[in-house]
Amino acid sequence: MLERALKGGPKYWAWILFLLAVIGAGGGVWIWQLMEGLTLTDMSRDVSWGFYIAQLTYLVGVAASGVMIVLPYYFHHYKKYKHLVIFGEFLAIAACLMCMLFVVVDLGQPQRMLNIVFHPTPNSILFWDMIVLNGYLFLNLIIGWTCLGTDLRNQPHPKWIKGLVYLSIVWAFSIHTVTAFLYQGLPGRHFWLTAILAARFLASAFCAGPAILLLLLQVVKKVTSFDPGWEATKNIARTIAYAMCANVFFFLLEIFTAFYSGIPGHQHTLEFFFVGLDGNTTLVPWMWTFAIGAVVSLALLIPPKLRENKTILPIALIILVIATWIDKGLGLLIGGFTPNPFEGVTSYWPSWQELAISAMVFAIGGLVITVLFKVATSVKQELEVSQKGDVPGPVEEKPSEAAEAA
Amino acid sequence: MKFHYGMPIFAGLIIFLGLVTFPLWFNAPSEAYKDPEPKLPTEAEVKAAGFDTFACVESTQFMREKHMQLLDEWRDWALRDGKRSYTNAQGQTFEISLQKTCMKCHTSKKEFCDKCHEATAVTPYCWDCHIEPEGYNETH
Amino acid sequence: MKRTRRSFLKFAGATAAAGLCFSPALSIASGSPGHGSGPKVTEGSKHAQRWAMVIDTNKINTKEQILELEKACHVWHNVPHIVDEEGNPTKQELKWIWGGHFHEVFTEKHNNFPAEEIENREYPLLCNHCENPPCVRVCPTKATYQRPDGIVAMDYHRCIGCRYCMAGCPFGARSFNFMDPRPYLHELNKDFPTRTRGVVEKCNFCVDRLAQGLRPACVEKANEIAPGAMFFGDLLQEDSEVRQALREHFTIRRKPSAGTEPGVYYII
Repeated sequence: MLERALKGGPKYWAWILFLLAVIGAGGGVWIWQLMEGLTLTDMSRDVSWGFYIAQLTYLVGVAASGVMIVLPYYFHHYKKYKHLVIFGEFLAIAACLMCMLFVVVDLGQPQRMLNIVFHPTPNSILFWDMIVLNGYLFLNLIIGWTCLGTDLRNQPHPKWIKGLVYLSIVWAFSIHTVTAFLYQGLPGRHFWLTAILAARFLASAFCAGPAILLLLLQVVKKVTSFDPGWEATKNIARTIAYAMCANVFFFLLEIFTAFYSGIPGHQHTLEFFFVGLDGNTTLVPWMWTFAIGAVVSLALLIPPKLRENKTILPIALIILVIATWIDKGLGLLIGGFTPNPFEGVTSYWPSWQELAISAMVFAIGGLVITVLFKVATSVKQELEVSQKGDVPGPVEEKPSEAAEAA
Repeated sequence: MKFHYGMPIFAGLIIFLGLVTFPLWFNAPSEAYKDPEPKLPTEAEVKAAGFDTFACVESTQFMREKHMQLLDEWRDWALRDGKRSYTNAQGQTFEISLQKTCMKCHTSKKEFCDKCHEATAVTPYCWDCHIEPEGYNETH
Repeated sequence: MKRTRRSFLKFAGATAAAGLCFSPALSIASGSPGHGSGPKVTEGSKHAQRWAMVIDTNKINTKEQILELEKACHVWHNVPHIVDEEGNPTKQELKWIWGGHFHEVFTEKHNNFPAEEIENREYPLLCNHCENPPCVRVCPTKATYQRPDGIVAMDYHRCIGCRYCMAGCPFGARSFNFMDPRPYLHELNKDFPTRTRGVVEKCNFCVDRLAQGLRPACVEKANEIAPGAMFFGDLLQEDSEVRQALREHFTIRRKPSAGTEPGVYYII
């Protein structure tokens, strides 16, 4: 099926070439970083994790979000998601791959990374993070590829897929919980030391991830003959709205605890975000963008008339993605290290080298998504599903589909 | 027998064989392999370093075959287990330390260590951290 | 045709797998020259059940004094001095022991009007070698680990540079080699290695000196500056010098509410 990614028009190949160029350029900067060390980044003794790990955190959320499509389809037989499941799984594969690449580019001694396998350390959450991320990647790869392949050959899905699918649904929740555990068990970092961090991560994941998926599917709709279906889109948008409500609610809970209790440790980072701390206001404009963006996206997503407007929905989703990215991809990491253990503020802003190397990783993810989505849409086209109309799929259900959905 | 695509297949096979045997025919005209000759320390140098007997931690044959394993065990014994005394088969005791034991007699990385490592094309990274007594300033 | 090719491939694969299993067995059976009786702890090394340190900040409390401690430690352990063009330490510096002001060191806001003299002192900061160390808990490779004598040690051979331990330490005691340290090393101790870029390092309570029966470099230097400025001994031995100091003086520790049980005490 992979050969289907080799057939494309000029715009397709131009896109692939662009991605390869970004990967090549970023790769050169990464080689420079391997030679000079992480001094090329703006990380410091006090802010020892930065942009790379922040992207890892955001992308684990995006990876987990496939479950928002898989769960309703497999547990509740919500047929409108039937042809979208594969895209959720493929997005998860690309996201998991990017997560692991972001860890690799962040390591000081990447050639030793197998030490985690040679010297397993169950008390370390990073060990479990490696296991769950790899596991989720392979689960989605096996499930997605097998289902797509059997669909193509008009065969029913093999029986053992059900077990793996159920495992992947539970696993999706675990990957982001484990990633949250990386942060919420550290006694010295008051911004992260909160039980609700895992819940915040999941809520943020379940709105940002499906939002990215919907935006990608809009692109797919424009460049291929695959139509995700308006009913399915509306339903996913509704899920996103609920998840974003939970996300914002959890953030407000944090604000209440910090400022009503008055405990300094809880307050300092939030002060740093919204008014600045010790004269350092680097993140203030960003965090206010996040706050306003979150409110605006909710204002556009909660009322059905706005959410189900075909022009407004993509705008709302883009604002949501930007807002959640600022929260997790900038605020979370920098905020966790501010103030530092000496109650001071050490500035951090990603260097251009960090951004170039991150662009390389994002481009690799983009390449994987492009190739996998190309394969999926090509198969869907051959099966003549979702050419037109609301509910994707032919009008009469094939006997194999009826048996499989039952 | 009719081969489909016979020409490209045979051409490809010949190119492949050429690439795979490249090390053999490319190096054929160069010098024959000579055993590397690492410069061994003299008795005077060993005594000056503070050791009683003119003998290495283990025999030459042992070191030739297994100094990598010994150093690998040594580093975990010294650093992780806190055991820094090693007694060899002859009953002599040495401090487990690359810089304070081995390098006290084998002072020149270029004349000793590098000779065999370069001949066998291995690049151990020991000297990224462990300071060689001679020649440090040339590289830093 | 299909069946014979498939069965040939199966046979070839099985043979290759068997061959792979066979060869290690051959090399083990071949034998090699034997070696010695294995490692032991060096005679004359110092022992304890739990090493701890008590710093008398009445005797050691100025920037200059603590700079001497820093020099003694950093020269012994080849800790680089990372500075910019003006000679100021950068934010990617490395330090095992250094000085800090009252509010940087004791952050739990004990008192909003501390005694003036105490507020103006400079305090030595170093790894606390906690009893319940979060850095050890989070390290994915056990590159940082707790020894039976309580010292939290670093194995630079195994560290992958993930810096999780730096995030886990509540005291900011750990430094990362963002670049190759050697250009920043001016005085070398040839009896101790340097580190390489990409690994985390911190105070090791001078395990290498303890193995030789010596006291930590900072303790020796502190007692040169002022006798009784630093005590170092076994916390679990009632008659050790640290227990004596703890009995006789009022001491506090950094961030006690973090629950890590630090092993460095400050006499105020």
